[in-house]
Amino acid sequence: MFDLSGRKALVTGATGGLGGAIARALHAQGAHVAVSGTRRPALDALAEELGSGRVHLLEADLSDAAAVEGLVPAAEAALGGLDVLVNNAGITRDNLFLRMKDEEWDSVIAVNLTAAFRLSRAAVKGMMRRRHGRIVNIGSVVGATGNAGQGNYAAAKAGLVGLTKALAAEVASRKITVNCIAPGFIASPMTDGLSEKQREGILATVPMGRLGEGREVAAATVYLASDEAAYVTGHTLHVNGGMAMF
Amino acid sequence: MSDIADRVKKIVVDHLGVEPEKVTPNANFIDDLGADSLDTVELVMAFEEEFNVEIPDDAAETIQTVGDAIKFLEKNSG
Repeated sequence: MFDLSGRKALVTGATGGLGGAIARALHAQGAHVAVSGTRRPALDALAEELGSGRVHLLEADLSDAAAVEGLVPAAEAALGGLDVLVNNAGITRDNLFLRMKDEEWDSVIAVNLTAAFRLSRAAVKGMMRRRHGRIVNIGSVVGATGNAGQGNYAAAKAGLVGLTKALAAEVASRKITVNCIAPGFIASPMTDGLSEKQREGILATVPMGRLGEGREVAAATVYLASDEAAYVTGHTLHVNGGMAMF
Repeated sequence: MSDIADRVKKIVVDHLGVEPEKVTPNANFIDDLGADSLDTVELVMAFEEEFNVEIPDDAAETIQTVGDAIKFLEKNSG
């Protein structure tokens, strides 16, 4: 089950905790992975850890439109095709709505939503030709529930859900699936920095009583990327320990 | 038929899985050959690849029949 041998996957934002976990999990299932990110040392470390010849590094800053344009062709060239696109890259520029600058809004929409649109548009071309493809967009529970101080981020993540459904409807007949994963609170360098009190406040909202692990989100990605998930499309899979149920 | 017409016809037959006899110059991809809108996009992509040309969106919209495609490619390829 969930064997990805020979599959070719691109994971954006792979220098973050979650992207790294996703790249590791796809790789462990046998996939060839191209990983993009902004921090070269983190990419190098990931490549060294994975070790085999099945990893390709692509430095790309998704706030740069030209870098976005070039990324899918670069991944297809490096991998010899592209079966799986994981739009994971994301940034936050939190601010109260009344204080939010246009720049904070625009930059979050650009990286979290527009880059996913452009990368999906580029990737789906080859997938249509090959009559196979998997696109997995990494959203957030915040896209469904909203969150004070994250108007831009919540809008972008909710936008990904709509993008997912519209594209899924268009390309289903070509055996391409498009799905979204909406993580809740996942342990990361960011959550490591929380005070004990903040941590308790968060955990009080999570029935499971703990933060999620990156690998738990990665496992959901592996499933949606697999042949076994061929009939699942347009779906948003919530991985949040029960903190919001839909 | 010209070489271009033959190549266009072959792409249409292969892609849409229709009988070669049906692929006449007047055949409309959607109305006569059962293509959906995504098929027409894929056909344009296939023409671009086969003839090594770029077909801009506004031109692609005018290519609705087999003859439209042949005419466009005769004018714009190689």
